[in-house]
Order: sequence, then structure tokens, then C-alpha cells
Amino acid sequence: MAAVAETIEQVRSVAEERYKYGFVTDIEQERAPKGLNEDIIRFISAKKEEPEWMLEWRLKAYHTWLEMTEPSWAKVHFPTIDYQDAYYFAAPKQKVAPKSLDEVDPELLRTYEKLGIPLNEQKMLAGVVAVDAVFDSVSVATTFKTKLREAGVIFCSMSEAIRDYPDLVRKYLASVVPVSDNYFAALNSAVFTDGSFVYIPEGVRCPMELSTYFRINAENTGQFERTLIIADKGSYVSYLEGCTAPMRDENQLHAAVVELVALDDSEIKYSTVQNWYPGDEEGKGGIYNFVTKRAACRGRNAKVSWTQVETGSAITWKYPSCILQGDNSQGEFYSVAITNNRQQADTGTKMIHIGKNTRSRIISKGISAGKSDNTYRGLVRVLPGADGARNFTQCDSLLVGDKCGAHTVPYIESRNPSAQIEHEATTSKVSEDQLFYCRQRGIGEEEALALIVNGFVRDVLQELPMEFAVEAQKLVGISLEGSVG
Amino acid sequence: MATADLVTPFIDRYHAARTAGLPGEDLPWLEQLRADGIARLKTLGLPTRRVEEWKFTDIRKLAAADFQPAPAIDGALHPDLAYVLAEETADVTAVLVFVNGRFRADLSRTDGLPAGVTLGPLSTALAKGDPAVATHFGRVLPDVERIAASGFLGLSTAMASEGAVLCVPDGVTVDGVIAAVFLSDNPGENPVITHPRLLSVIGANAEATVVETHAGRDGAGPTLTNFASELAVGDGARYHHYRLIRDGARGYHLANSHVRVGRDAHTDTFVLTLTGALTRSEVNARLIGCGGDLRVSGGYVGDGRRHIDNTSLIDHAVPDCRSRQVFKGVLDDASRGVFQGKIIVRRDAQRTDGYQLNRALLLTRKAEIDSKPELEIYADDVKCSHGATAGEIDNDALFYLRARGIPERTARRLLVEAFLAEVLEEIGAEPVRERFTALAAQRLNAHAQPVLEEAA
Repeated sequence: MAAVAETIEQVRSVAEERYKYGFVTDIEQERAPKGLNEDIIRFISAKKEEPEWMLEWRLKAYHTWLEMTEPSWAKVHFPTIDYQDAYYFAAPKQKVAPKSLDEVDPELLRTYEKLGIPLNEQKMLAGVVAVDAVFDSVSVATTFKTKLREAGVIFCSMSEAIRDYPDLVRKYLASVVPVSDNYFAALNSAVFTDGSFVYIPEGVRCPMELSTYFRINAENTGQFERTLIIADKGSYVSYLEGCTAPMRDENQLHAAVVELVALDDSEIKYSTVQNWYPGDEEGKGGIYNFVTKRAACRGRNAKVSWTQVETGSAITWKYPSCILQGDNSQGEFYSVAITNNRQQADTGTKMIHIGKNTRSRIISKGISAGKSDNTYRGLVRVLPGADGARNFTQCDSLLVGDKCGAHTVPYIESRNPSAQIEHEATTSKVSEDQLFYCRQRGIGEEEALALIVNGFVRDVLQELPMEFAVEAQKLVGISLEGSVG
Repeated sequence: MATADLVTPFIDRYHAARTAGLPGEDLPWLEQLRADGIARLKTLGLPTRRVEEWKFTDIRKLAAADFQPAPAIDGALHPDLAYVLAEETADVTAVLVFVNGRFRADLSRTDGLPAGVTLGPLSTALAKGDPAVATHFGRVLPDVERIAASGFLGLSTAMASEGAVLCVPDGVTVDGVIAAVFLSDNPGENPVITHPRLLSVIGANAEATVVETHAGRDGAGPTLTNFASELAVGDGARYHHYRLIRDGARGYHLANSHVRVGRDAHTDTFVLTLTGALTRSEVNARLIGCGGDLRVSGGYVGDGRRHIDNTSLIDHAVPDCRSRQVFKGVLDDASRGVFQGKIIVRRDAQRTDGYQLNRALLLTRKAEIDSKPELEIYADDVKCSHGATAGEIDNDALFYLRARGIPERTARRLLVEAFLAEVLEEIGAEPVRERFTALAAQRLNAHAQPVLEEAA
């Protein structure tokens, strides 16, 4: 069992390794007063110099939120959140808006460098990634703007998009995740401060990977970013999202909304490596990651693929979903969720099959260690019109230690006889059957174990773009041999 | 209508029943259970779709009906029921018959059982002060979490007046099948309700097989059977318990079974749902001794607008146990099937082997399957897996049969029959397996070829 022991050790060491992103950047902050009310929303809107319609939209969302109650169905436990005891807007203080990277506070740039996000274009990963970095509430810089503009791709912060592309924003904002969708989406709609906006025009294959890096720095702040990605007919984009936060004893709320719209023949690949501060061993501090992510495959042959590696956050509560409206559209969900210490994760996906011949594939790998709880919760729904729909779901859980929990809660609802739905799930240490199979073919026990554990998360890591796969592999710390990605 | 309003008539009827007199009023423990039951009904109300365990089964309309206590039927049975009863009592070792929740001694037969085995109506057991009933009734799993989901069980306990009680002493084997037949009839149009019970207490190393049948007739008015059963299986015992649902077209059936499995005991349960407007079979099972082996499986045939719900919770409380759940069903017309299966593996329940499979065959565009196989695991050295599939008849298989000259209709029927026959293999007791398989085939044929049957 040496190989397994080694794997377990690796998981432990990775998860227990001092959270290296836990530093605080000492940077002057500009904040809105604590609490949440109409004035705060007006303040945020004014700070961002938003048009009147946006403010009205926010206020409407705020009133919707007031009428909603916080949901409690997830298998996560946390003390009641006092929504008045947080700052809803915090921005690095700056006299005038930076015209180029050179004018950005060097302290800020150093922070991103420490995070391994070299904003400086020269240091970019071989120049293949364009980055939009969101620091607390505002988008600090978006790199490679020119090159993208040449291709016709719009990649900017949400605030800029509201200012410069109001028609697109008004057309698509909240068209996938309506304001009243859920409690946190409504809250986000009212107070979102920034985020990324991407529009890929018809027939364009985005020339590089787009990336956003989220960082919560200030104390007592919540981060409410809003991402909207639109892939027009026949276009393609790969988008990466990374997250970190300093180590703080109090919990911080991250309630983002991500909306993807894929039109005819387009494809969106959305990858996340979520490494928010998970809290300490006793579960003190850490981020509450309550995020609504949803994609609408509106067009024929549209494809959306979600890949997520969830290693951080005290509590993760999110279900990146696909609404498969267009005929022949495809949704994919690949997830690795690792929980340790007292982390709690309740994550999964929803695949709603509406169009004909829609296909979805769900691969979820959960690894629980310490005293954590890891839940896969997923829904596959086939509506009567979805002739020939096809779903395959596989969710596997691996338990490391006997104080943690692994749970699987799939919902399968089919209303079309020609739909084929398959769901498989296993929970195990290491499957005796697989071991037997390998042993039978002359593979030594240790090697066999290594092979099995190596294979456990491989399906998912392979889906990540190269730049992230390396990072994710380190984070997962479970790959015993060979390369991934 | 708010659920509180739905509950009130049931509570009123409870008080009416108390005034009329319920058995065992001199037993303090039973009085306590009844009081607890009605209190639970008041607290929980009747389930709505907002309750997770009832997400897919909406009984609000049903619960809003004005249910009267089912009338006593003392004389001859309706020919349809007599026919079913004759089928159910052929080749059995002993039989207890209940009609509309009342014991019919004239139709029952309990001689021929081994010495020491008691089999009789609940009312008699209560009157005699049977110690096994005093120990186990209402207490086989007193603290199951799913109870929290519905007030029906509380109502059943509060209203309990009659049912079947089987006690097999340690080391005794009962050969053959013990039948418990619950017949429902409603000559009128007003909906009627019964609250029958069943209690099986199987001693250490004992062995028995029970077939519990619920039947009604198509021409009858609406009937609701709010059934509760408790199975306490002792260490090393081998117990087989099979349920057969043959309700009438307007027969509604809500069953709540509590199963407790002792050390090294083997328990296999199965529910075959053939007819009835709405059937919900809920099983709460707990393995409390190492080495326990439990099977909770079932098959069903859905057509018309029938609704079949199989909900189970298997709680692995101790190490080294096995559990297996296999549910398969065929859904035709606008019928709807629901499967909600959950396995809990507690912190210490190492080396648990749990398996869950749900497969549904959808034959039309209006049929629907909702499936939720759930795992909740807190121990690391376990082997738990589940699978679920939903789809139509395999076109390749159909083509294969057609290519060999089998007409499409026959080919389809064969494939459907084969699909269902597979799950019937889960039944451990051979004679029951054969009988259930034949009944399922008969049911499918009756449905597939109504025209031919009428001609014959």
C-alpha cells in the first residue's frame, strides 16, 4: 500500500502546506461604508460612473434580494452571514485611472507577480494568455488589448463594457442567470463591482487564452464579480479563471455570477482553478464561495465545457450548469474537488436538455481528507422535446482518512423515451476490482495502486489548458507519475 | 390549501376513533406511542413537494380528499377480490387476511406452523399483552431520520388498530410462505382510508418467508392504504419479505417499512408494483450488527397515469455489512416512476459494501422517470457504487428479433418482459420468484394486448 500512502501524504502535504497566497498587500484602499442599503448601491454605481439604467437595474435586483430568503438545502454548515457587516466596495486607491500598465501601482503589480500572474506583458507565459485581473472590487488591468482588438474580440472589465458596449450588456446580462434566480445571484446583481466581459464575434477563433485572476485583499470585504461571455456564431474561446485571498480569521463572502452564452456552432471552454483561502486547520476563516455559474447553449451545435479544480474555500457551493437549448448542442462538466481539514464542498452541475440530440457529459472526482465534507450534487433533466438526448455521468469519490465524508446526490429526470441517460458513481479507497484486474495482468501491487490513483483525477486534469494543468497538478498533488494535460 | 388544513380532518378522525375505541387502550406504552404519533403528525403535517423526500410525489390533492374510515365488509367478497385471494393463498403455509383493515378469521388459516411461532392479528396480540409486540411495535427503528419527512407514519401509529403480527422464536425455521393479504374495497364513491400494520419479529438464527399482498379491484371507489410495517431480524436469521401491490384503478398506497437487520443476518426484501393509481413504497433499513446482508429491491409496471415511487434509505451503522438495491421498471403511457435511494455509511462502518442500481424503460413520450440514487459516506474503507439508466427499448435488440421473423409487437413485449424479469432475479425465495415473474409477465401481456384478450 506504499503508493497509496504516498498519495495520501501528498494530498495532505499539498493541502496543509501553508497557504502560500495568504499574504496581505498593504495598499491604500478606498471603501464604501460598511453595510448594504440603497445608498451603498448608488455609491457603487456612481463610483463606477454607470448609466442610469444600470443603477435602476441594480436597485431592482436589491429589492428582489430583500424579498428572498437565504437557501439552506446544501449540505454545508456555516454561521449566519450578517450582510450588513461587510464592505461591498473596496478598491485600490488611485488618483486617476491608469492609462497603461506603467501607471498601475507597483505594489499591486508585485502582488500579482507573487501570485504568479505576471501582468507585465513581456513576462507573459510565452505571450499566449491575456489577463484581466480583478483586485477586490475593481478590474485592475487587462493585458493584450490591442492584439485582441485586432481579432475583433472584446475582452474588458464589466465596468468598461457597461460604458462602451451597453447594447451587448443589456442584451445578455442576466439572460442566463436571471436576477431572481437565487439569493446570491440577486445579491450579486445588486452589488457586483466588476468582472470580465468577453465577446467573440462571428466566426472568430480567439487568438489566445483569456484569463481573469480574482483576488480578495481587503478585510471584511465581499467579492461580487460578474462575468459575461458571449460566443457568437462559429466562434471559439477558452477562458481561465483563478482565485486567491489572504489568510484572515473572519470569513469572507465571494458571490459571483458567471454567464456564458454560446450561439450557433460556437464553443466556450471555461476553466477554473479555485484556490481561495480555505481557513486554518480548525476551520477558522476562509472564503465562502457561493457562486452561480451557468451557460446557455442557445444555438445549434453550440458547445460549452466547464472544467474546475476546486481546492480552496472554507465552503464551496456552486453548480456550473448548461442549458442545452440548441439542437445538437453539447455540455461538459469536468470537476476535481479536494477538501481537507474542515472544508465543505457542495458542488456539481446541472444539465438541462431541451434541444434535440443534445449531449452532456459529467465527470466529477471528489477527494475528501481531514474532517471535511465533499458532496457532488447534480441534475440531469431531459425535457419531452429533447429527442435523442444523451447523458453520461460519472462521479467518483475517494476518502482519505476516516473523519471525512463523501456524498453523492444526483437527480435524474427523464421525460423522453429516446433519451439515454447513464449515471455511475463509486466511493472507495481503491477499488479491489481494478486492482485485481491489474494484478491479473502481471502488474505489481504497488504499481497497480499507483496506476489507479494516478488515473483517478486524470480525466479531469486532461481537460485543463496547459498553463493551468501544471498548476492544478501541483495543487492536486496526486499525480504519481507521468504528465497530465 | 395549506398543509395545516389538510392535517386537521385526519386529527379529527383520530379523536373520533378514540371515542369509538381503539385496541390496547389499557397499555401505557401504546398510549404513549399514539400520543407521539399524533404529535408528529401535527408538527410535520402532510408532505408537500417542498420536502426533499417527497420532491417527485405530490399527494396534496390526494390528502385533500375527505377520507372516511373504510366500511367493514363481513360477508362474501367481491368476485374480483375473491379471485385474487384464491391466487394469493394457493400453496401457502399459513395466511392472514384483512379486508378494509379488519381481520377476517374466516378467510385466514394459521394451523400447520411450527411450535412456538405466533401468527395472528394485532388486536389479539395487544389484548393478550404479547411481550414481543410490547417490545417491538412502533419501536423497530424509533429514530429514523426520514420519519421527519412525513406525518403519515405518525398517523398510522396513532390510528393503529389492526394488522399482522408474526413472531418466529430463535432457531425455528418456517417452511413455505406465510401470506398476509390486505384487501381494500369501496362500494361507494367517497374515498376511504385504512391504516393496517405488519410486524415481523424474527428470532436469532430463525428463518421465514412472508409475502405481503395489497389488492383491490378496479370497479371500487377510491381507497387509500396508509400502511406501516416493521421487520426486526435477529442475529444470524434468514428472512425473506416480499410485497406485492395489486391495487385497484383507484387504489392509493403509501407504505412505510422499517427494517432492522442483526449481526450476520440475511434479509431480502422486494416489492413488485403491478397496479394501483399511486404507490409509494418507502423503506427505512438499518444494519445494526456486523456481517449483516440486506437487499431492498423492486420492480414495477407503469401505464395509464399511474405513479410509482420507490424510496429507500439504507443505514450502515456498523462495519462489515452488505446492502444491495436494484429497482427496475417499465413506464408506458403517461405513467411516472420515481426512485430515491440513499445509502448512509456511518463513521465506523468500515468495509461496507453498498450497491444501488435503478433502471427505467420509457415506452412513450409522456412517461417520466425521476431518479435520485444518493450516497452519504463517512467511512473511508468502503466500496459503494450506484448506477442509473433511463432509455427506450434497445433498437439493436429489436432489430435482431425482427430479423428473425418475430413481429414487432411480440418482439417489444419480449424485450420488456426480459427487462423486468432481470430484476425479479433479485428475489431469493424460488417459488416466490417464479410466481412474481409469472404475474409480471401476465400483467405486461394484459396491457400489451387488450384487444386479443377481449377476443379470446
